[in-house]
Amino acid sequence: MPRLPLLLLGLGVLSATVHAGEIKFNRDVRPILSDNCFACHGPDAQKAKGNLRLDLRESAIKPAESGEIAIVPGKPQSSELIKRIFTDDTGELMPPPKSHKKLSAAQKETLKTWIAQGAHYEQHWGFTKPTRPDVPKLSGPLGNWVRTPIDAFIGARLQQENLSPQPQATKETLIRRATLDLTGLPPTPQEVDAFLADSSESAYEKVVDRLLASPRYGEHIAANWLDIARYADSHGFQVDSSRMMWPWRDWVINALNSNMPFDQFTVEQLAGDLLPSATRSQLVASGFNRNHRINGEGGIIDEEWRIENVIDRVETTGLTWMALTFNCCRCHDHKYDPITQREFYQFFAYFNDVAERGSIQGESNRSGGNPDPLILLPNAEQEKKQAKLKEEIKTAEALRDGAAKQLPSLQSEWEKEFSKQLEHDIVAWKRLEPTEVKSAGGATFTHQSDGSWLAGGTNPANDTYEITTKINAGQLTGILLDVLPDETLPNKSLGRGANGNFVLSGVEAEITAPTLPEPRVAEFTSAEASYQQKGWEVNLIVKDQPKPGAKEKKEKNKSGWAVDGNDPAKRQPRKAMFLCNPVEIPEGATLTIRLLHGSQFGDHNIGRFALSTTALPPSTVKLEGAKIPPTLRAALKADPAKRTPTQQNEITKFYRENTDNPLKRAEAAVAKAKKALDDFNATLPSVMVMKDLPKPREARILLRGEYDKPGDKVERALPAALPKLPDGVPNDRLGLAKWLVSPEHPLTARVWVNRAWERFFGTGIVKTTENFGSQADWPSHMDLLDWLACEFMQPTALPPVNGKPAQAWDMKAMHKLMVMSAAYRQAATVTPQSLEKDPDNRLLARGPRFRLPAEAVRDQALAISGLLVEKIGGPSVKPYMPTAVWDETSVYGNLRNYQADTGEGLYRRTMYTFWKRTAAPPTMLLFDSPSREICTVKRSRTNTPLQALALLNEVTYVEAARKLAERMISEGGATADDRIAWAFRMATSRKPAAEEISVLSKGLAARLERYKKDGEAAKKLITQGASKPDAKFDAAELAAYTMTANVLLNLDEVITRE
Amino acid sequence: MNCNDHCFSGLDSETRAALSRRTFLQRAAGGIGLAALGGLLQRSVTGGEGLAGFPNFPPKAKRIIYLFQSGAPSQMDLFDPKPEMEKQRGKNLPDSIRKGQRLTTMTSGQKSFPVAPSMFKFAQHGKSGMWFSELMPHMAGIADEFCQVRSVFTEAINHDPAITFMQTGSQLAGRPSIGSWVAYGLGSENKDLPAYVVLTSFGSGRKDDQPLYDRLWGAGFLPAKHQGVKFRNKGDPVLYLSNPPGVDRETRRETLDELGALNKKHFDTLGDPDIQTRIAQYEMAFRMQASVPDLTDTSKESKETLEMYGPDVKTPGTYAANCLLARRLAERNVRFIQLFHMGWDHHGGLPNAIKGQCKDTDQPTAALIKDLKQRGLLEDTLIVWGGEFGRTIYSQGALTETNYGRDHHPRCFTVLLAGAGIKKGLTFGATDEFSYNITEHPIHVHDLNATILHLIGVEHEKLTFRFQGRDFRLTDIHGELVKPILA
Repeated sequence: MPRLPLLLLGLGVLSATVHAGEIKFNRDVRPILSDNCFACHGPDAQKAKGNLRLDLRESAIKPAESGEIAIVPGKPQSSELIKRIFTDDTGELMPPPKSHKKLSAAQKETLKTWIAQGAHYEQHWGFTKPTRPDVPKLSGPLGNWVRTPIDAFIGARLQQENLSPQPQATKETLIRRATLDLTGLPPTPQEVDAFLADSSESAYEKVVDRLLASPRYGEHIAANWLDIARYADSHGFQVDSSRMMWPWRDWVINALNSNMPFDQFTVEQLAGDLLPSATRSQLVASGFNRNHRINGEGGIIDEEWRIENVIDRVETTGLTWMALTFNCCRCHDHKYDPITQREFYQFFAYFNDVAERGSIQGESNRSGGNPDPLILLPNAEQEKKQAKLKEEIKTAEALRDGAAKQLPSLQSEWEKEFSKQLEHDIVAWKRLEPTEVKSAGGATFTHQSDGSWLAGGTNPANDTYEITTKINAGQLTGILLDVLPDETLPNKSLGRGANGNFVLSGVEAEITAPTLPEPRVAEFTSAEASYQQKGWEVNLIVKDQPKPGAKEKKEKNKSGWAVDGNDPAKRQPRKAMFLCNPVEIPEGATLTIRLLHGSQFGDHNIGRFALSTTALPPSTVKLEGAKIPPTLRAALKADPAKRTPTQQNEITKFYRENTDNPLKRAEAAVAKAKKALDDFNATLPSVMVMKDLPKPREARILLRGEYDKPGDKVERALPAALPKLPDGVPNDRLGLAKWLVSPEHPLTARVWVNRAWERFFGTGIVKTTENFGSQADWPSHMDLLDWLACEFMQPTALPPVNGKPAQAWDMKAMHKLMVMSAAYRQAATVTPQSLEKDPDNRLLARGPRFRLPAEAVRDQALAISGLLVEKIGGPSVKPYMPTAVWDETSVYGNLRNYQADTGEGLYRRTMYTFWKRTAAPPTMLLFDSPSREICTVKRSRTNTPLQALALLNEVTYVEAARKLAERMISEGGATADDRIAWAFRMATSRKPAAEEISVLSKGLAARLERYKKDGEAAKKLITQGASKPDAKFDAAELAAYTMTANVLLNLDEVITRE
Repeated sequence: MNCNDHCFSGLDSETRAALSRRTFLQRAAGGIGLAALGGLLQRSVTGGEGLAGFPNFPPKAKRIIYLFQSGAPSQMDLFDPKPEMEKQRGKNLPDSIRKGQRLTTMTSGQKSFPVAPSMFKFAQHGKSGMWFSELMPHMAGIADEFCQVRSVFTEAINHDPAITFMQTGSQLAGRPSIGSWVAYGLGSENKDLPAYVVLTSFGSGRKDDQPLYDRLWGAGFLPAKHQGVKFRNKGDPVLYLSNPPGVDRETRRETLDELGALNKKHFDTLGDPDIQTRIAQYEMAFRMQASVPDLTDTSKESKETLEMYGPDVKTPGTYAANCLLARRLAERNVRFIQLFHMGWDHHGGLPNAIKGQCKDTDQPTAALIKDLKQRGLLEDTLIVWGGEFGRTIYSQGALTETNYGRDHHPRCFTVLLAGAGIKKGLTFGATDEFSYNITEHPIHVHDLNATILHLIGVEHEKLTFRFQGRDFRLTDIHGELVKPILA
């Protein structure tokens, strides 16, 4: 165990176990009890073993079930707890060996001393409202070192530990550090020069103010919020199709750039929809809690997944604002924190009323889209178009109302006509006597004695027959096609296919007349056949026909009607009828009918056929003739004055549906206008938002957290261990949001400042950014944490940003305070003393140094090379990805076959990269980004060979290296050394040492020689990526420089902010 | 001290502390060469030597090959014969068997639940007389190598939560996968390859059902370096492994020397051990550029070996080719090798689809086991074969003489184990005559995972990670070792 002494070294500084003098419960004792005892003797009252709770003093000092008293204040030797932790009897020992928990000797001593000192308890700091501590006053050199109150707290602790801070980092390092931290991009050499040239006292502050005003600031700060908000461009789970939440993402960037105070930032995201007269922007903000995944797998039970959505909101809200692990109480009372399962479901009740289905189904599941509730986000121009389309609906509705008025008189005329018709024996189908029958493919037709036509001659693979005839005025409601066997056809069957079969894939009919400006096209609504082959039903023709006026013609119909004409037993005459919406026929009209044979089976054209038409109401037409319902017949026969209301209604209904009348036309126009609006709306950007049902859903405790095991009914309420709802706010989501940012809340401000601290100093004051509960790591600087939290809520020392005085919950001002501190500005030089005493640099005796976040690694390469496209917001983009990156994800959704963008989409900031959750961008995952499936408040920071491979070889970095090489040659000066020095400074912000130049120039010379010999290799290298080099560059030279630039972009110093 | 002590749950600070001494010693001694440094820092590179105290005891298995059959193979058509069902053909599944248990919404609306007996013939094989259907002739041929566990059950009824549950012990996203746990606990035995490698293939039964998700081999809340490294079927086997076109190995070496020299110089100024780790990573990357192509180059495999795996072995990205790669990874001591074969989700047209799947997997699976055995590797390699749940005895959709489909069934399914520490030729656990409910030895997913961890030398209750204030583990707060199947 060579590691042991080193571990103990680490413990020396920060562990709660080694403290001289008075024991403090929260710092020294609670972590031991919480970690080792609370699981069985803690807040989960139902599970408290032996009826003993050690989280409550009153329980701990009373006799337990056994009669023994765990803690006798002042008397460790009488305390059962002490006996049980020191015993050698494994049956008695606490914690029990089975738990795999073991107290160290130091921990045992701490407990003993604590009891001896009276066993004083304190409430967990995380549940106590922070009070503003005094800022320590330092004298001597450390006193001079202090620039902000932050430094006073840091300095006091350093003094205590006999450590001293590092001097301020060089100006180059400092501007690079601040620029990367505040914007995620490196400074330009011009910016570095300006800072170097500015010797004024405020030079650094000017830089910080400039950075805080940059639009890049909002983008960079937002990236972390996207992890927290589990933001993505896909729904996640199995199908994982696309969604549109980027308008919400843009809201975040905008809010951060405009320095929205964090309390407002909170309220709008949690409950923007509930604000009085909520603006569109506030509604968009509420999308925060719709960013969770939505399941679309086939066979799922909606309610199971609706519950998961609600629970995700609870957990995300708890973690994001309070760093509490609500998820522990889904199934039982919390093991460590004072939150019960009942309280979990009371909190759940605030998020349970969203008007959602729970799963995603249908079109949005397959092709992507946003399930309800959502709002549309038209721009000004699109709003105009919407208004116009709405106007058109109104106009159409007015016309419809007009048409309705003239209908009774038209109807009574029709009644007379139709009654007359009924008196005669009506012929449903009138055989056509065509004037012309043509084949598109060169077949010939012979008129048969029975009025049918027989095809002969050429038989092309896919023929279309066109039949033309004069037609009397009236209306067209259907076509009847008779297909007949013939001796001359293959196998004496019905079709011309070699086996005797045919496939009719389409029927078209249109009326033309000199008086008509455009042909009237029949819209077929149903079809029926006397026989149809399985899988080749006649209705397929109607179902798949393109609607008249459809924007995109569907692919030609390949299926259709067939009759098993290959089967000798089935070579019988067959009939098929096609009914259409009534088409009015004027005087002097011509009817054209086309029979289409478009199937994949060649030659399958009809052999012998005849055509008939009908003008009868479609509902009365059958294959064999007409069928008028007797009740209708009776109604029409009755004296109009004496008809019953039922009879009158039947006639009216029949008339409206079965004739081509003005009202029907007007109604079609209204439907069309409405559809136009719907179609247009479908093209608009939208975003999912929160919207509650008018009446709240019942919330119940779910036993074991399972959706189908409901227990007691619960109402909305907040955990008792946390403050009450502030006065005058409603007990709903809006109230809950206001509660989180009320000055009484012990967690929200602490959690936020800690996360900000982590951003600038690498590790939070509370290392467990993700947990502020009883199991939280003891803060490295408790007082500083509380001071910062109070300062955030009620500023006294926050600096103005760009002249604007700080406001309450001022994020930019707090960021500025941190980066202005002397602690932040130190050099990152590691001394043996500080490394041994404080390997993790929690005490900040040196400047923090850590690898850039995933986004910044790529953004920086794009920026240095000049490829970066700086543009805020909009739909997510698709940069280069490895081949087949989405291949193993679902076929049911719309996200497969990743296609990279062309143009600027390749070079936007990484935060805009399209995020598919089940296959997230690989380089992001390699650099420790979470998958965005759930709320993640903290990323790990690892260092792997796969990261090295990506930075060396991924096309983005190769292209960026070549671009940088081009700039080296064009802008870097005349000699190789000048160019190297220039690029080195681009990449690191500092001038290289002579030794550094010489390492690089030696390599460059060697490569230049090699690439001169191998022109092919040079050419291959410099043509990587979508942008191509200017022909003016010598290929060998550019290739050699490219590899030098590749080295520079891989330097540890470059991918690290130090 | 237990290394899981929460102060050191992230290894980074530990590594850093461990390095600090060496660092200053080395600086005092005037530094060391890059390659030597690479070796020195190896443990922080590939996931390292794992946690102190792990393995918890001498393990039976040094490595695991987990052959995941994604989409859920039908247990009653492959392993769990139910001859009595022929008499029940077409009859409604009795309520006494279904017991009101929930169904997916794909079949919950069905008017009836007609029993569909398997149309495949079963026979007993080997000395053990283990049952296999005719679809698995090659696996049946080595029946005595297997332990057939017929009584595994799970909680989820849909694929996404079920496959996530098998892999991470939780139905919801966010937890580490089993391979990541093993990599975190035990580290890597190979200095040139990751500890956890994933290989995927499409099935011919129903090509890409079920789809795969990054999270199945993700590290969850563990440091991201423990995530499974997916060897890809197209392009570079490991992402970004190849140098860009126009850059040969010599040029790469030269640039890495420059990079190393500059990084080292910077380290000399700043003294941050993270820089040394970075240098080591680049050296490891360079070694991987040689070791991975060597791994995937199967041209020197003997004709006999290739023939044993079947014709697909020559097509990269097939299950057969992946099985051969699995053997090569095992030879190189990669700790956790996981294959995912898609295509087992047979809601309709099962007879045809399952034939395709078995054709894909039967011969290569048997070949892998034989091949490992021939090379003496089977004795310390654990093989697991299974999917995320079972399938229903009743037909989804119409039942005909030649066709049926089966819906998801979480309440019982069969998993096969073989190799290190496993009782050979044992059939364990039993289901009722409808293969609907377990009648003997129910084994929860957590039990199975606890047993897998045990075989590689890990007490499942000890392998924990502190996250959000709680010590998480693969088996949550459950998991019982399945002792009767252990050799």
